[in-house]
Amino acid sequence: MDVLLDNSDLYVRGFVTTLQLFALSAVGSLVLGAFLAMLRVSPVPVFRSAGSLYVTVVRNTPLTLVFLFFAFAWNLLEIVRISFFTAAVTALTVYTAAFVCEVFRSGINTVPVGQAEAARAIGLTFGQTLGQIILPQATRSVFPPMVSTLIALLKNTTIAAGFSVFEAGGIRQNLSERGEPVLEGLLWVAAIFVLLVIPLTLLQRALEKRWSVAR
Amino acid sequence: MSSVLFDVPGPRARARNRILGVVGVAALVAAVGYVLYRFYDTGQFDPRRWEWLLYKQVQLDLLQAFQFTMQAFALGAVGALLFGAVFAAGRLSEHAWLRVPATVVVEFFRAIPLVILMFVFYFGTGVSSLVAVVVGLTLYNGSVLAEVFRAGVLALPKGQSEAAYAIGMRKTQAMTNVLLPQSLRAMLPTIVSQLVVLLKDTSLGFLITYNELLRYARVMGSDPNFGRPQIPTAIVVAIIYIALCLLLSWLANYLGRRQQRSKLRPEAAMPAATGKADGEAEPDGLAGPTAPGDRPGKLGAVGD
Repeated sequence: MDVLLDNSDLYVRGFVTTLQLFALSAVGSLVLGAFLAMLRVSPVPVFRSAGSLYVTVVRNTPLTLVFLFFAFAWNLLEIVRISFFTAAVTALTVYTAAFVCEVFRSGINTVPVGQAEAARAIGLTFGQTLGQIILPQATRSVFPPMVSTLIALLKNTTIAAGFSVFEAGGIRQNLSERGEPVLEGLLWVAAIFVLLVIPLTLLQRALEKRWSVAR
Repeated sequence: MSSVLFDVPGPRARARNRILGVVGVAALVAAVGYVLYRFYDTGQFDPRRWEWLLYKQVQLDLLQAFQFTMQAFALGAVGALLFGAVFAAGRLSEHAWLRVPATVVVEFFRAIPLVILMFVFYFGTGVSSLVAVVVGLTLYNGSVLAEVFRAGVLALPKGQSEAAYAIGMRKTQAMTNVLLPQSLRAMLPTIVSQLVVLLKDTSLGFLITYNELLRYARVMGSDPNFGRPQIPTAIVVAIIYIALCLLLSWLANYLGRRQQRSKLRPEAAMPAATGKADGEAEPDGLAGPTAPGDRPGKLGAVGD
């Protein structure tokens, strides 16, 4: 307990940065992921292939490599100079968006085609079909896996510690500089992560139970 | 193609789609072309920056780094499968004194970031970086696999175990002779997808100075003797990783397709609905193109 209390400044600073990384890249990857999902279900074949190419490549690349690219290689291209924090947010966004895209896409795929056909058959317009029939059903099956994706994003933010961003994963280094017991300090970091993840997991379970579609 | 979102396009829609397609291709080509131009303009395609690949020592070192990555992967995979099997058995046990600790352990290790786990072992206990990487991979992926195994067994129809008990089998017999053979087949694609995650996670060894591919790329990339080829090394390593993962993902896909083909016995082909029970789909977990949505009606096996 002493390690935690004596260095509470480190812990607070670290986890605030972690949450910032998490929030920014969550928003970013939801937007980019939704866009990619639109590409992947679009009626234009070129867009579909572009979407799947992105997803295939990014999902099969280690996140650490994406980090390496944005933190150390991107600035060499001299397009826009970015800070390490921005690099971390970009890497997390680019990576997570591929998973978000798949969650959206599979959510849409869980809605049977018959639903849309029936909606059209009774004369609903495209907007009505989408807004009143498809999306409400898709949302139910999108939410639980989306929460899982976000949990993984939260945990993945710790990789930024290896790329010059001070967040929860970086607390260790400062602790050892202060001569504090590292093992105990790290176990506190782990404990705080468990505390952060548990409410999300509970939310997910609750949603899953409530929203499991009776079809 | 008829999707839930669109009608089959008619002549006008087809024409419009073609125009959109052309515009889309133009935009994509422009964007990719610009980035490539930046690569070229900043001298990333300079022969000097690629020269390092020609040296025999460098090639041997690269091979060595590849070997280190595969070593961590192989050890981690074996460890995770064993850990997963043991803890899945624990979680499925009828004895609370086994089930509760197993559940706590699995949930705990799934909630901790793998990086922190590796830090705990490397910096906290002072073991070698290889041990830290392997133990981290084992504990984390083993916990995820435990959930996969458990979900797979639970996804079987209850009649299977009931019938086994009815003909006088013991619990262990029912599990090994009836439940596991059926559920393992169904789980195979998910397991392989999780192995892709594990392979990608070996690169976290970079953070604790394990000399795997990524670390090699970083070291090589900042070598002034070769003009600091950070981008070329990153490209080479990325190709290796992506090729390895695609190979595994392809295997997962192939297994998934094979298993879907044999739908003759419907209950045996129940997809391991990991997504459901293992609510915590791990985003990485989605690794393979075994996309959840490919089987309509099931939430995907997700993976982190």
